[in-house]
Amino acid sequence: MDFKLSKTHLLQQELFRRFAETEIKPIAEEMDESEVFDLELVKKLLKYGLMGIPYSRDYGGVGGDYLGYALCMEEISKVDASTGITISVHTSLACSCIDGFGTEEQKQKFLRPLVDGSKVGCFGLTEPNAGTDAAGQQTKAVLDGDHYIINGTKIFTTNSGFADTFVVFAMTDKSLGTKGISAFVIDRDMPGVKVGQQIKRMGIRAASNCEVSYENVKVPVANRLGKEGAGFKIAMKALDGGRIGIAAQSVGIAQGALNEAIKYVKERKQFGKRISSFQNTQFKVAELQTMIDAARLMTWRAAVTKDEGGNYGPEAAMAKLFASEMVNDVTRACVQLMGGYGYCREYPVERMMRDAKITEIYEGTSEAMKMVIAGSMKIS
Amino acid sequence: MKIVVCIKQVPDTNEVKLDPVTNTLIREGVPSIINHDDKSGIEAALQLKEKVGGTVTVVCMGPPQADVALREALAMGCDEAVLVSAREFGGSDTWATAVIIAAALNKIGYDLVITGRQAIDGDTAQVGPQIAENLQIPQVSYAEEIDVEGDSIIVKRQFEDRYHIIEVKTPCLLTALQELAAPRYMHARGVVEAYEKEIKVFGYEDLKDSLKLEDIGLKGSPTNVFKSFTKQAKGVGTLHADLSVDEAVKVIIDKMEERHII
Repeated sequence: MDFKLSKTHLLQQELFRRFAETEIKPIAEEMDESEVFDLELVKKLLKYGLMGIPYSRDYGGVGGDYLGYALCMEEISKVDASTGITISVHTSLACSCIDGFGTEEQKQKFLRPLVDGSKVGCFGLTEPNAGTDAAGQQTKAVLDGDHYIINGTKIFTTNSGFADTFVVFAMTDKSLGTKGISAFVIDRDMPGVKVGQQIKRMGIRAASNCEVSYENVKVPVANRLGKEGAGFKIAMKALDGGRIGIAAQSVGIAQGALNEAIKYVKERKQFGKRISSFQNTQFKVAELQTMIDAARLMTWRAAVTKDEGGNYGPEAAMAKLFASEMVNDVTRACVQLMGGYGYCREYPVERMMRDAKITEIYEGTSEAMKMVIAGSMKIS
Repeated sequence: MKIVVCIKQVPDTNEVKLDPVTNTLIREGVPSIINHDDKSGIEAALQLKEKVGGTVTVVCMGPPQADVALREALAMGCDEAVLVSAREFGGSDTWATAVIIAAALNKIGYDLVITGRQAIDGDTAQVGPQIAENLQIPQVSYAEEIDVEGDSIIVKRQFEDRYHIIEVKTPCLLTALQELAAPRYMHARGVVEAYEKEIKVFGYEDLKDSLKLEDIGLKGSPTNVFKSFTKQAKGVGTLHADLSVDEAVKVIIDKMEERHII
């Protein structure tokens, strides 16, 4: 067993760190304030391969792995969680559905532009009335010759403001429950696709997140991923992998916040001393770093298990459950370490504390993670 | 066009601290980077390749740890990498280094050689020009812009108070300024591929036909370092603006008297 990163992973980490520090950190606050994701940044993410890391070079991808992708999510989220989720939804949700369940023809047509840096993807599963209970889908796909006609509304579709390719789930047979859901690849330009306004949120405010309605959208049968009824399985598989990304995002936000807090306590003087010289500060920082490291190791374990073809689902759920709760504790403690300044929008820990909350909710709530973990333990 | 870029791995001077007793660099724990001017040289080479075709080979002389600098250059898009490394090469000054790199370049072959102007750790700006002298090819230093016309390179050379526009026939050597080109990031795919490629290592045995032991290493180095020290920071000057000639003269005389210079 070796806990050290390989040379190639270290150099990847170096790239992600430099990119984050130079291209994202200077604009993160402004993007949060304006609640608009910088489209020039999207182009740069595509240009340097940050949107196609764990995908084969046969399709124009980077040829990396999930550990590399987790390193990317951590380094990017250290400076901006909104950019983190933009990469995550594209990579581990949209692309993974096509990579895992598409035919060779579908991969050439839909996956290639997503991983070679040409297009951005998004993922439409959640509906206003179907969250954790994904089986309650109301979006319908009705077969009509060689096309399906899709009608329905999806909510909280990350990247939908600018994405080109939408992986969307719809009921093809309501009577079959989860086995009646199918997955489709929809092009933004197809008539009837309507992307609504940016949804106002507490954190990750720069990330594009809209309601998307599908009104009589005519989708070729050739755009269906897997068999009719395979949609639920496809979505759950994508979310299993996605959770590794969210765990890594949580680790990144937490480490980013702690780094900021450490910088501050080394400078701040009270009672005639730097507050870093107080044992209370030192113990707090030691506790926080320990929690972050524990979450990081869990995340890497899940990523490596996935890379090695193992059963990563429960490990990914554990990493996500632990890391997302950890980042909420850590960012709250970092704001506390910085006192009144930590609460000010001038310092990034305020944004990081707001950004942290969503990690306990999206790509499966903490409660859903416990369902997955308990299910794998077969204790009922 | 076969372009060869010579790079040096240097300590990141932003992170370097000086030992207050010995006045030498504390290198422990300091990250190593590709020298800034050299990295601009890599970028310029890649841009030339994109424009006129050809290949970019990157060469680095240094210990085996310099491998990572070469991997980074490959991840930026260079085609081949050569590490020039041997115990016999250790202790070389700029002269001996240039002798060794010239021998390596003769083995590799080149149309255009690009080096950085100078390294941030040694600051001599000697190795590039000395390589050209060893190879007996024309050189243009302080290149700020370059372009290709047929088998000639047009170089905009930075000078103290002006630019020189120089046309030079290949094969030739240019020393690059940071202003020459802003280096691109590595590509994520490039990083993965960089570790799949083989880095050629040229040791003494590979180059011995064109090297004499007495010309390289400590023995072949004419430089003797007498003393190394840190430049002392000067105090902030005072600005006296809008003075008449007489007033200005008075200010200067008063200051010199105050300091007992006159």
